[in-house]
Amino acid sequence: MSGYRLPLGGLVARDSPLRFRYDEREYQGYAGDTLASALLASGERVFARSFKFRRPRGLVAAGVEEPNALLEVDDGWGPTPLVRATVAELREGLRARSGRGWPSVRIDLGRVLDWCGALFPAGFYHKTFLWPSWRWYEGPIRRLAGRGRAPEAADDARYDWRNLHCDVLVVGAGPAGIAAADAASASGARVVLVEQDFRIGGTLLWQGGMLDGSDGPAWVDRAADGLRARTEVRVLRRTTAFGYYDHDCVLLVQRLPRRADGRGPRERLWQVRARRVVLATGALEQPLVFQGNDLPGVMLAGAVQQYANRYAVAAGRRVVVATNNDGAYRVALDLARVGITVASIVDTRSAVSERLLDTLRGTGIPVLAGHAIDAARGRGGVSRVELVRLQQGARAGPGGSIACDVVASSAGWAPTVHLWSQARGSLAWHEALQAFVPSDANGAALRAAGAAAGLVSLGDALESGRDAGAAVAAELGFEPVATPSPRVVAPTAHEPVGAIRSTPDAPGSRRFIDLHHDVTTDDLALAVRENFVSVEHAKRYTAAGMAPDQGKTSSLNTLIALAQATGREPSAVGTTTFRPPYTPVSLGALAGRELGGRYKPLRQLPTHASQVALGAAFDEFGGWWRPIAYPRTGESPAQAIEREVRAVRCGAGLLDASPLGKIEVRGPDAAVFVDRLYPQSMRKLAVGRVRYGLMLNEQGAVFDDGTVARLAHDHFLLSTTSGGVSRVLAFIEECRQTAWPELRVAVTPVTANWGTLMLCGPNARTILAALGGDIELANESFPHLSVRTGQVAGCRSRVCRVSFTGELGYEISVPSADTEGLWQRTMSVGSGLGLLPFGVESLLMLRLEKGYLHVGMDTDGTTTPDDLGYGEAARRRTGTFIGRRALSRPANVDPQRLQLVGLRADPDALLVVGAHLRLPGMRVGSDGFITSAGYSPALDRRVALALLRGGRARRGEVVAVHDGDRRAEATVVETAFFDPKGDRAHG
Amino acid sequence: MQRIPCPWCGVRDEVEFHCGGEADLHWPGDEGSDAALAQYLYVRTNRKGVQDERWRHLYGCGRWFLLARSTIDHRVLASWPPGAERPLLDEGAP
Repeated sequence: MSGYRLPLGGLVARDSPLRFRYDEREYQGYAGDTLASALLASGERVFARSFKFRRPRGLVAAGVEEPNALLEVDDGWGPTPLVRATVAELREGLRARSGRGWPSVRIDLGRVLDWCGALFPAGFYHKTFLWPSWRWYEGPIRRLAGRGRAPEAADDARYDWRNLHCDVLVVGAGPAGIAAADAASASGARVVLVEQDFRIGGTLLWQGGMLDGSDGPAWVDRAADGLRARTEVRVLRRTTAFGYYDHDCVLLVQRLPRRADGRGPRERLWQVRARRVVLATGALEQPLVFQGNDLPGVMLAGAVQQYANRYAVAAGRRVVVATNNDGAYRVALDLARVGITVASIVDTRSAVSERLLDTLRGTGIPVLAGHAIDAARGRGGVSRVELVRLQQGARAGPGGSIACDVVASSAGWAPTVHLWSQARGSLAWHEALQAFVPSDANGAALRAAGAAAGLVSLGDALESGRDAGAAVAAELGFEPVATPSPRVVAPTAHEPVGAIRSTPDAPGSRRFIDLHHDVTTDDLALAVRENFVSVEHAKRYTAAGMAPDQGKTSSLNTLIALAQATGREPSAVGTTTFRPPYTPVSLGALAGRELGGRYKPLRQLPTHASQVALGAAFDEFGGWWRPIAYPRTGESPAQAIEREVRAVRCGAGLLDASPLGKIEVRGPDAAVFVDRLYPQSMRKLAVGRVRYGLMLNEQGAVFDDGTVARLAHDHFLLSTTSGGVSRVLAFIEECRQTAWPELRVAVTPVTANWGTLMLCGPNARTILAALGGDIELANESFPHLSVRTGQVAGCRSRVCRVSFTGELGYEISVPSADTEGLWQRTMSVGSGLGLLPFGVESLLMLRLEKGYLHVGMDTDGTTTPDDLGYGEAARRRTGTFIGRRALSRPANVDPQRLQLVGLRADPDALLVVGAHLRLPGMRVGSDGFITSAGYSPALDRRVALALLRGGRARRGEVVAVHDGDRRAEATVVETAFFDPKGDRAHG
Repeated sequence: MQRIPCPWCGVRDEVEFHCGGEADLHWPGDEGSDAALAQYLYVRTNRKGVQDERWRHLYGCGRWFLLARSTIDHRVLASWPPGAERPLLDEGAP
């Protein structure tokens, strides 16, 4: 009733037994086993419960196309869910767990869902679980539908990216792939051969045939030795080519075993640029469709053969081979040879060739042509099949019943064309194979060989591989070297695959067309009735082909069934779009080493060490790690901010403002150039003066702001916000290179070259004087909004007298290496004058009290200068500037635009960022929102800036403030709350 | 992973570049009409086939240049500096 290990044969190393655990029980296998083959050999039959109906499911395949046996596997790298047991290489100490099933996978109370199956046809979730709210159902459904556990521990493995260039990339190391790699490398080409399995050889490892007198595995070993001897050949095993990308770029993911010393990556992602690619990806066997085709024990015929020949595992004791093609007959022969009873071959074709029947002579295996399986029956696994006779493709009466514990089912082999299609190659319907084969490469440097090209027999595959390898080498200019094909003894030409793959008009609704997502032929019929007849619609409506196996054993049956149901040819229905990855790829492999600090490197201030020593609380601002505030023991951040704000207004404050962008513009045309970058005119700015400017994009919207300082007639220093540096620089460069290439200017970013300290407050001048230097600091000599160069505290320096806080302030720039020294010196000199360090949050509150703009908070990407109160300057000036034309667009002059205003409220609790505003009389919708808000120590109340529809004309009006369900009122006021005339900065 | 030919540095991987969108946009000037401005700011041809685009070699030489590329199969036909004459191209099948 279940599988067992065959006493002889196979490619497993019987002298290397491996112990492993599955669901907390001890098992044994051999080196060379997969987890699936070892469990099958141990008699396991039920491997999982199905996705929707929780039906018991067993193994179907022996390779990547396995739809059922998804287990949690820990092979040394930690538990990983959803691993196909058929590709998990067995290792000593491996631990595995089955998926869902309560209390166990063998006896699952979830089976009740199967009995209610009629309630869950395809697309049921569009029509059910809606009342009273879908949220009621989401939790339970998620718990029921879950597959496996997500790992809880962080992944400590390393993942690497490598680049690889070669002449020829051969994907797949089966007969065609090995032959192609051999032929191409023989003429000197650099070849990379990739194979997803842990052994190369593909079908040569289990499908039989003799080459030059050796069996498949022995020939493969000799070929591998030959390839290894060539220095320009690289063979990558356990490596899947999962995607074909632009310009013939192929991505591979290589899986590596965990080493005893713990070193080495878990996976390597190879980015390959090959001049030519040969696809020798083989073909995937497709199953027949009949009632009960999902019972444990119903498997692909080739898989049963592979378990027997490669792994020495009998899938059962009594096998029925069901087929519509010649290939499955070889399976029957191989099984009989190792002592497994083949009860019968059931062939849906009405006639079987004499040649084929001859091969069975002496075996005693009966052949029932013109019969199909009507239903497979059994509890917990197949125990018998009921047959139906076919006449002209229709049911013609019962065909008897056969006892069996395995059904080896085959509906032919479909070439694995995923990479071909991703490369935008076209496919053509092949009538004899009843599958799609590659036709035109459409410009990609790609060829298909072997079964991937539709040449399934061994001799044909070898020859086509050799031809492809030689051809691509010749195309690349290498001297061709003849590589003889081996003398092959193997079954060759096949009769065409029979047209019937789904038992016609069978009663009952459980004929599964996609095992992974529990999709039945009835679901497909429902899709057709609801007019989802395009293959892409039918796929999404039924979810067939959308599971992790991506329809490897279901898409072809689905599209053929769709063709029949809608009276079209399969070529007219076509395939759904193939997208990478071919098999699942871990996010770790895609991330590589770009994690944490490497993914998002944070920049540190030049005074970072001093900030840490001062006990700053840090956070990230625009890619920089900066102090928020400097809380003292027992202080909350809010209290620290309040204290720092008061200190700046009463004494003085110091802040490291190095992240502010600095860009130098020099040249004979510098003034003309800079004049065009801002709505404020800069051309006539006097040397030594500074002007505030907004930066507009071509739509007239503000995207940055800063100051322009004129250091000399032809030398300007522009500042930008710290988060906008690269944006502004890119913008200025684009203007210089493409808008006004005739202007003679050089633009140089110097943000990192200069460190800047912001010193502000009533005592700022005194402290600056105490630092020593040669700059005249008196108010008449160095007024507000000017710039001076000279020496400060012995350092070369540029000092701008500007103020973002509204206090008397200086931005002192020195070469970045000198910044920390200057910080220490200033702190020490200023300690007796009430100087305190203050952080970014304190800075933002100081500017808010003054109503100063914070681009990105008080602007929304459409905000124009006029919305902010700078419209006059833009209108009155002469000369062009970026955004000038857009400012007079009707939408930009509408008086009902969102305009920046201040708000005052009592009580003021609802003055919070994001609260929406509504004008009097309006009942629905929003007329604006609060952009900045906070508690102002100077005014002892909350203040807020907001964008309000038609705001500037509404001074004094009362508006409603809405925050969630709460509502309050506020009065529209001027934006400058504190020191509205700005006297303090001019002091 | 397209490979883009910078006219100065040669063929480099796509990640070194920044795509600036369609070329052949007509800037109407400060006296242009609202319709011409809207065309410049918002309306794009979005051709199915060979299209001229503006690219910048951001993580290389930093220069802007023009590129003719098929939006169907991403085949790159030619690149040339701004201001230079567009090379004659055999656009072949779209």
